[in-house]
Amino acid sequence: MKNNENKKSIKEISPIDVYKLLPKTNCQECGEANCMAFATKLVNGEYTIPDCPPLLTEEYSGFLKALGELLAPPVRAVSIGTGEHAMIVGGKHVLYRHDFTYHNPTPITIDLTDTMSKDEIHNRISNIEGFRYEYIGRELKLDGIAIRSTSDEPDTFSETVKTAAAATSYPLILCTLDPAVMEAGLAEVPDRRPLIYAATEENWQEMADLALRFDAPLAASAPGDIALLRTLAKTLTACGISDLVLDPGTFPDEGFARTIYNFSMLRKAACTFNDELAGFPLLGTPIAAWAGEELSRDAVQWKETYMAAMLLSRYADLLIMHSMEGWSLLPQLIWRFNLYTDPRKPVSVEPGVRTFGSPDKGSPLLITTNYALTYFTVEADIKSAHLDCYLIVADTSGISVESAVAGRYLTSDSIAETLKTYEAENLVDHHTLIIPGLAARLSGETEEASGWRVLVGPKDSSGLKRYIEEYWPPKDDE
Amino acid sequence: MTRKNHNPAETVLGQRLLSLLSGVEQVEFENFKMEIGDLEFFIPVGIGGAQGIALSDQPPRPTALIREGFDPQTVSYPSSIREVTLGATQKDGGSRASTVTIGGSTTPPFFNFEYPPRNQTVIAMDVFDMDVSLPKALKKPVADVLHDPGQWAKMNVEQFGAEVVTVHLMSTDPLIEDRSPQKAAETVEEVLQAVDVPLIIGGCGDPKKDAAVFTEVAERASGERLLLNSVTLDMAEAKTLEGVAAAAQEHGHVLLAFTGLELNSAKELNRRLYEYLPPEEIVMDLTTVALGYGLEYSFTIHERARHAALMGDTELQHPTISASTNAWAAREAWLNMDPVYSPREIRGPIWETINALTLLLAGVDIFMMMHPAAVRTMQEIRSWLMQPDTAVPPRPDWVRTRC
Repeated sequence: MKNNENKKSIKEISPIDVYKLLPKTNCQECGEANCMAFATKLVNGEYTIPDCPPLLTEEYSGFLKALGELLAPPVRAVSIGTGEHAMIVGGKHVLYRHDFTYHNPTPITIDLTDTMSKDEIHNRISNIEGFRYEYIGRELKLDGIAIRSTSDEPDTFSETVKTAAAATSYPLILCTLDPAVMEAGLAEVPDRRPLIYAATEENWQEMADLALRFDAPLAASAPGDIALLRTLAKTLTACGISDLVLDPGTFPDEGFARTIYNFSMLRKAACTFNDELAGFPLLGTPIAAWAGEELSRDAVQWKETYMAAMLLSRYADLLIMHSMEGWSLLPQLIWRFNLYTDPRKPVSVEPGVRTFGSPDKGSPLLITTNYALTYFTVEADIKSAHLDCYLIVADTSGISVESAVAGRYLTSDSIAETLKTYEAENLVDHHTLIIPGLAARLSGETEEASGWRVLVGPKDSSGLKRYIEEYWPPKDDE
Repeated sequence: MTRKNHNPAETVLGQRLLSLLSGVEQVEFENFKMEIGDLEFFIPVGIGGAQGIALSDQPPRPTALIREGFDPQTVSYPSSIREVTLGATQKDGGSRASTVTIGGSTTPPFFNFEYPPRNQTVIAMDVFDMDVSLPKALKKPVADVLHDPGQWAKMNVEQFGAEVVTVHLMSTDPLIEDRSPQKAAETVEEVLQAVDVPLIIGGCGDPKKDAAVFTEVAERASGERLLLNSVTLDMAEAKTLEGVAAAAQEHGHVLLAFTGLELNSAKELNRRLYEYLPPEEIVMDLTTVALGYGLEYSFTIHERARHAALMGDTELQHPTISASTNAWAAREAWLNMDPVYSPREIRGPIWETINALTLLLAGVDIFMMMHPAAVRTMQEIRSWLMQPDTAVPPRPDWVRTRC
């Protein structure tokens, strides 16, 4: 076992440990009042080392090196590709999300093969780059392209790599176990730092040569055999290759259980026991579902989809998938975004009053919570319905309506208080509040607590347009 | 391939999925130009060092693999999760043919295959006592039994393999039908007659009404070890908690303690319950939020609770439950969207599936679910995780698979 016993985990590092390795000049170039404030935020993950410009100068090179070692994550960060789309994989500090925050969201790459025609390649690339989803005011998207050689012909592979490289600036993964085919592919993209997939027990010497010659990151593959994987990591590191990615193997069907255990054991070895040979990013290949039992297409996609989602939760730092169906990709993009948010801070928006269209004193007054997703969903629905209204965003500590009601972050008293805080009586003169359908339970108590009349709106804000058409203005004699 | 001694068609989710989805929009395969029969599988050939590349300017390097082993270094935890049994057979004063035992974990879930969880994760399926608004994809498989809780429960058990049935007494909600506790208890008796698996009894969420319903049900189904879903801090505030807890204790039932994503509340509620009944009679619901709407909070709170419990926090050493049917609250599960995101008939089931699988990885012990395809997938995967195949299957040759 190659363990670094002295290495402190990110949870054990104090701001003082970091402060000692800063210039201590309080120059404020980072934007903080002093070096101690910067140290606190650096250890918290809110800054990275280069955010302190003086550290990068010759004078502090000793500190820079020591600080880099102090803060180095037990799982190395490896960069694949170049330019604005370059992917950073790994760079993980902890086993559990609640211990810190997961960094470097798992890039999801989609395959193409060297038996595709040029048109097929162009179409697939444009579909990959074009797949987007609007979520909480962000645009979720795919990250890279894995080119597989199914022909095993060097010329065919190089032609495909050339076509694909000309069509996209996304990072590439070149997939073939034949070093001659790999070399032909790499020769087309010498400056693109594609990930080489893969070095195995059989071909590691040739693949190591290629990785060094093309200065490209290398995946070491030993499906189902962690000892062999560590052997490859040790050997390839000794060859002078530090940008390694590990492929513990992704098996479909019954073997998938072992896959989950293997990924988990490796990550635990790296984060809990400082096993340096396990301390590289892990590659998950849900695409392996397509090499499993021969099934109908949608059954294979179903498998690939749940494999990908489980691997996102269980420590895959990079994924290769085949399916481009929306139902297969959408949950991955959303779950990845969620998993990599800071668990200490709910994704929330500022509480307050929002105005839509040109409301007057007779316009509807709505209330919702300040969980970002809730807010952006309601906002999108109000805008698409072209409603003139006021929306009060209540402070529920970033919790959604249903959970806020259940967990008592949204209560009749808190609603009454919120109406006062935002001086609702000055906004409208009808003294009527529309609450979310999911908070229906609070309607009676809220009328008592606030003195306002309460109407129960739709359970989902997509029903707001019809609700307002039907129930607004409210009938007086209700 | 891996060992198989039964008809592969039965383990093939696809057949089932297809039949479950039948009659709904055809799933479109936009980027596919090949027939299923065209799928080819190549046997990998050995790749030797024949094509050695001569390079002169490299530093000296190893010429053979430097062998390493791997020791997963098991960690032992000071504490474990309590075991709770649901349902009682005749011998123990009930009428169930089988019971289920949940909990008992001694390590975090699925980190070392040598230590699988002591008890298999359990899957319960939902039944409602009235016509509730459900997405079409959920109604379709049970369309014929929607108005008969007994038959619905039977279908869940016999056709979909539910190990436990949850009867949601929604109609008792004062804001809906305000059905009486007596009527509700009759529904429970009906379901107890129809199936012989353990039952979970769901209330309407009103702390006063639920207390009245649970008390009546507890008495009428005395000895059955029902899981009463759920008791809350709101009940404590409404002064109805003691009555329910006492009835559960007197008639041999189990309580589900529900709190909203807050471990301090969960501990507080458990402390209050310890006054009335032993800790072995308590299961926790820490709240399941839908994927895209806060599932990460549920995921992390379950990981935190489990870790704290194994490290010695006795107030959290209870098995946990997830209402994964909540996944359907996500719009992505039921809304018609741009065709690029596929028909909702398949988006919904995968949403529930991923919601449940994610919390399975966080250590949840029992799931309340609804869509048969999601249930089927969970059943398969939790079985695989319980008994991971020790033989290493052949390398899946995805690099060269034509798909």
